[in-house]
Amino acid sequence: MTDITTEKARIGAPSAQPFINGFTEEGENLSPVNTGTNTSTTSEQPSAGPLGGASAKSHSHGGGVGIPDSSRAGRLTSYKLADFKPLNGLEEDWRFTPLKRLRGLHTEVLNGAAPAVSVTAPAGVVVETVGRDDQRIGQAAIPEDLVSANAWENFAEATVVTVPAELQAESEVSVLITGAGEAPSAQHIVIVAERFSKAVVVLDHQGSAVVSENVEIIVEDGAELTVVSLQEWADNAVHASSQQAKIGRDAKFKHIVVSLGGDLVRVTPSTRFTAPGADVEMFGLYFADAGQHLEQRLFVDHAVANCKSRVLYKGALQGRNAHSVWVGDVLIRKEAEGTDTYEANRNLVLTDGARADSVPNLEIETGLIEGAGHASATGRFDDEHLFYLMARGIPEKVARRLVVRGFLNEIIQQIKVPAIEERLTAAVERELAATDN
Amino acid sequence: MSTLEIKDLHVSIETEQGTKEILKGVSLTIKTGETHAIMGPNGSGKSTLASTIAGHPRYTVTSGTITLDGEDVLEMSVDERARAGVFLAMQYPVEVPGVTMTNFLRTAKTAIDGEAPALRTWTKDVKAAMQQLRIDADFAQRNVNEGFSGGEKKRVEILQLELFKPKFAILDETDSGLDVDALKVVSEGVNRAHEEGNMGTLLITHYTRILRYIKPDFVHVFVDGKVVEEGGPELADRLEEEGYDRYAPGAGVAVAPAVQA
Repeated sequence: MTDITTEKARIGAPSAQPFINGFTEEGENLSPVNTGTNTSTTSEQPSAGPLGGASAKSHSHGGGVGIPDSSRAGRLTSYKLADFKPLNGLEEDWRFTPLKRLRGLHTEVLNGAAPAVSVTAPAGVVVETVGRDDQRIGQAAIPEDLVSANAWENFAEATVVTVPAELQAESEVSVLITGAGEAPSAQHIVIVAERFSKAVVVLDHQGSAVVSENVEIIVEDGAELTVVSLQEWADNAVHASSQQAKIGRDAKFKHIVVSLGGDLVRVTPSTRFTAPGADVEMFGLYFADAGQHLEQRLFVDHAVANCKSRVLYKGALQGRNAHSVWVGDVLIRKEAEGTDTYEANRNLVLTDGARADSVPNLEIETGLIEGAGHASATGRFDDEHLFYLMARGIPEKVARRLVVRGFLNEIIQQIKVPAIEERLTAAVERELAATDN
Repeated sequence: MSTLEIKDLHVSIETEQGTKEILKGVSLTIKTGETHAIMGPNGSGKSTLASTIAGHPRYTVTSGTITLDGEDVLEMSVDERARAGVFLAMQYPVEVPGVTMTNFLRTAKTAIDGEAPALRTWTKDVKAAMQQLRIDADFAQRNVNEGFSGGEKKRVEILQLELFKPKFAILDETDSGLDVDALKVVSEGVNRAHEEGNMGTLLITHYTRILRYIKPDFVHVFVDGKVVEEGGPELADRLEEEGYDRYAPGAGVAVAPAVQA
């Protein structure tokens, strides 16, 4: 028996709501609880969020009265750990995560030694290590879950990478993050691409760590930034990474998540449009081996008009209890007229015993959009594929590689840093070699 | 000159109701240059024979032999059989995600020949073969069979036949689901491959229609896992007129194992 779960595209957030409540022919008022007008807000206000306006509620519970988690817009966000309830694993955003394998990221004080950060940057790019009180901290992100808030409360210092205005970085900025041990720890990174700058930043996670990380990304007006987050951890690593980007006017942002190594890796990238004309691409590649849990939950917040987003995540799975989770939340708010968005997730299950969960959620609060689509497919590389290729003379190992390489290459090609592309191609080959024994 | 020899082949499959014997003693010899048509009603075991020769894991050979120039084919893995010169044009070619036609064709050709084809001539050969089979050039960049129509899939099977140049081609109901134009294009492809003079063909079909375009030297009629009648092209003509009804149980035709021509 193969355990493949494919949750087909569905409209709206998973909730106790009646399906397509309030649906009209125009597609407006898709879900009345999502309009934001009836959002309940608690009386106790923590420090104001950095994002401002209707697109951010610094501290709010639930999208509608009595219906928590019904809209992504209503999710609790706070810098204070105490604002989050202890996790029990039944929460919408934790329901796929094996909490006991978080090794304390959700229960312990994260005061272990943070992974060491070493940055190689081209001329002009400014790299600083700053304290908690630096004013740039908190400009782009606010924790959206308990583990992220736990890191926010506990990080000791932050690395700030600034690409100054109008600088065209001549090579990639390489941020090597090397695990320093297995005591639960907190990490904080800030990446700022100032007006009209252009750069590629690679976050390269290696070694052994139990770490909750917050990455804040600011893409100012007219800037063009690519952030690649590589998770090539050692087998025992546990990593939760909230990567939140705030996108300025006419900015271009490309975000690429590559998760290969680690026992449990949970990356939660969010992009928030704050001004019109911006363009976001989010790509992901993961290769889950036996026993590995690789989770990615992304959020695209179309809070303003005339922005475009494209999302494509592809994953391969092999071995017993290899588990991947992909949840794609795309929210088109009422203000976001002219939005153009499409998100897709593709999984390739290579062996029996693996499980891929895939949940695309599209919330649409205005019908005046260019386009909105989502897709999810989980397929098997099965005996019939193998037979077909072998019947053409191709040996089994080569056949398997051919399929996986082709499948994942689409994402690797997006990185456009030859050295990283070569490294990842080699890493995928190693993953495949592990199947061959 | 090569010989593919099937002797007293018994094949069974596992079903929910237990083991079921599909082929009940099939003997057949095909030589280079010959075209053998295997005809028979649905469920007679024609496709089982094709898949068994190619080595599909679903089928278990319980007794009998298949040899290619004396080499034991049943001992070979699926890919070894292909490299030895057996090509199966499949009835239902599968879609292979993530692999472009270009990449697939080159990888297969390299595996079959034992060395990579010279890039310039290979590209030219592929292009020419695609043109002759009326396959759009943009198929080269698409994933193997992905989103292809039934007719396109069959044409792509014959494209491979022409490019890989096997010693023996087994066409498993390549004609089914094709309109007349596609049938002609596909038949021309098979005939071109045949005319090069190094190939023997086993043509499995339910209908006689394709035999107007591909002339068989021998016709074998399959009923219930056995060859019940054999003859020349004239047997196909007779089947066209009379259908398979006369082979039905109790129809009065002596159903005895026929002697190989």
